[in-house]
Amino acid sequence: MDKLTQVSSIVTPLDRPNVDTDQIVPKQFLKLVQRTGFGQFLFHDWRFDQNNTPKKEFVLNDSKYSGSHILVSGDNFGCGSSREHAAWAIKDYGFDVVIAPSFADIFYNNCFKNGILPISLHRDMVYDLMKTTDIVNVDLASQTIRYGSKSIHFDIDESRKKTLLEGLDDIAITLQRESKITLFEKAHAL
Amino acid sequence: MAKTLFEKIWDAHKVDEIDGRSLIYIDRHMVHEVTSPQAFDGLRINKRKVRRPDLTFATMDHNVPTTNRSLPIVDQISATQIKTLEKNCQEFGIPLFGLDSPYQGIVHVIGPELGITLPGTTIVCGDSHTSTHGAFGAFALGIGTSDVEHVLATQCLVLDKPKTFEIKVNGKRKNTHAITAKDIILSIIKKIGTAGGNGTVLEYRGQAISDLSMDERMTMCNMSIEGGARAGLVAPDQKTFDYLKNRKYTPKNYDDLVENWKNTLKTDDGSKFDKSFTIDASQIIPQVSWGTNPAMTTDVTESVPEPAEFARGDSSQETAAKNALQYMDLKSGTPITDIKIDRVFIGSCTNARLQDLVEAASVIQGRKASPNVRVMVVPGSQQVKKKAEEMGLDKIFKDANFEWRESGCSMCLGMNPDILSRGERCASTSNRNFEGRQGAGGRTHLVSPIMAAAAAIAGHFVDVREWV
Repeated sequence: MDKLTQVSSIVTPLDRPNVDTDQIVPKQFLKLVQRTGFGQFLFHDWRFDQNNTPKKEFVLNDSKYSGSHILVSGDNFGCGSSREHAAWAIKDYGFDVVIAPSFADIFYNNCFKNGILPISLHRDMVYDLMKTTDIVNVDLASQTIRYGSKSIHFDIDESRKKTLLEGLDDIAITLQRESKITLFEKAHAL
Repeated sequence: MAKTLFEKIWDAHKVDEIDGRSLIYIDRHMVHEVTSPQAFDGLRINKRKVRRPDLTFATMDHNVPTTNRSLPIVDQISATQIKTLEKNCQEFGIPLFGLDSPYQGIVHVIGPELGITLPGTTIVCGDSHTSTHGAFGAFALGIGTSDVEHVLATQCLVLDKPKTFEIKVNGKRKNTHAITAKDIILSIIKKIGTAGGNGTVLEYRGQAISDLSMDERMTMCNMSIEGGARAGLVAPDQKTFDYLKNRKYTPKNYDDLVENWKNTLKTDDGSKFDKSFTIDASQIIPQVSWGTNPAMTTDVTESVPEPAEFARGDSSQETAAKNALQYMDLKSGTPITDIKIDRVFIGSCTNARLQDLVEAASVIQGRKASPNVRVMVVPGSQQVKKKAEEMGLDKIFKDANFEWRESGCSMCLGMNPDILSRGERCASTSNRNFEGRQGAGGRTHLVSPIMAAAAAIAGHFVDVREWV
């Protein structure tokens, strides 16, 4: 997995609560058998009309947000299905950081497997970030978000932070426990 | 120290700690065609094996057609995913219940049906509704594809310990036909919200839960994820043990296991839950969702709410409710029973087991579907289909002009040709009413099977308590 240390860009504000995985990547696009190529389908039904023409009013179609790597949204982001395609689509589109007041558990976990940093912040801070047109700098090592004259600290589990900073392969880490797994299996056969 | 059932299962499966997180052993892994291809690819790239193919079980359900199985699959991309799963199972030695198997079906219907699901175990699948298996007193959770790969390679998962959330359902339902497990769980989600269970494992307890059959408990646990929970479970009892006896994969020493489970698999008196919520089953009546998430639900006797009334002062929820009403093409103040429907879907891992079909059939005998309504009945598995046909349910459905189809996920998520057209309104027994869930532009109302069947006959929602 690619490492993630620092991200600097303007933010893309998506002011909706409960953005669900069916919206992030509609199911008609789940049939690929690779992990790549999902970015084009990100928020498809919000981005495009029935004739596949971009909907002007949708934030991702506003050219001022092109080149943004930070998505900011409402409560319970990523709720619904376990489909990792949602995380793949977000990463493939170009977002490395998602900021929201809260996240659905499975989506949150999927982010770390794909080099995406999900940051959960107090609602007031999230809505302040949605309004800024400044360049926002997210630094994972110091757990700091900076923009304008502001500097905000964010919390993250140490082990997950390490995974992103070092781009670790967590299967390899678990496989180092091979003997313990085997011992457990012997005692626990069911 | 007194422990909850979940804490006991967690502790019994902890292999090690990694950087403060827990390495949890996984007893059973269910695999399907949509979330597994990239995981198998990852194994190949890294030259890894499936550690325990004997604890891994595969079926195809998400995008399989529910029409005649002898015909080729028209959608080429679906066909590729199905072929890919066949090849992967062959290469890695994983048992597969394929399209021609008498045991094929929705992964969460066949797990219990085959005795793969067992009390006190840990179960995962690349599907959020894996929480269904919690009905048997298992810790069962949905995972993403990277974690599917992790479990295939290591038979373990690295997890943070979830918090515990007691959901107490006291009292008795007033009408056990008209008021179903679906109405109980929708009533709970309506109150705790779609994120109310985030980071927790729910334990459903109380008189009304003990009263439920296993099929009904599965409906409850299935929708735990719609309340945001990591998993949901019910302590096993005699109903649980009887259900799993003599199934295809039930262990040979089952009776001994049951004796042990009877003593251990329960929440100890005096245990503390991190959160608790109580609801009185006698106050619950049939539910209908009106919006675009499962918490946007109301009693069948109510009207579509005002966004402000729904939001209770939360401005983002108010905007969400306004957007939902626009998407659903509904006006505040419209009585739920005035809402006309175009389609009915009776199926999904939430409500496509035998009891669901029996309940749906019970209100349509001698009646016909409203001429403007197209109705699909999709049994959860080939075994459910077979049993339903032995009982003559297929005939009752067909006589009422309901389509009787082959098993699969079907129109719950519309990955196969079973989808709503733009603007169509559907009474659905599935679990999610998200925008576009059943087809781009389609409008979903979540209801129980008996409410769906009654709506099919009437052409609009009805209070089924007046029928049974």
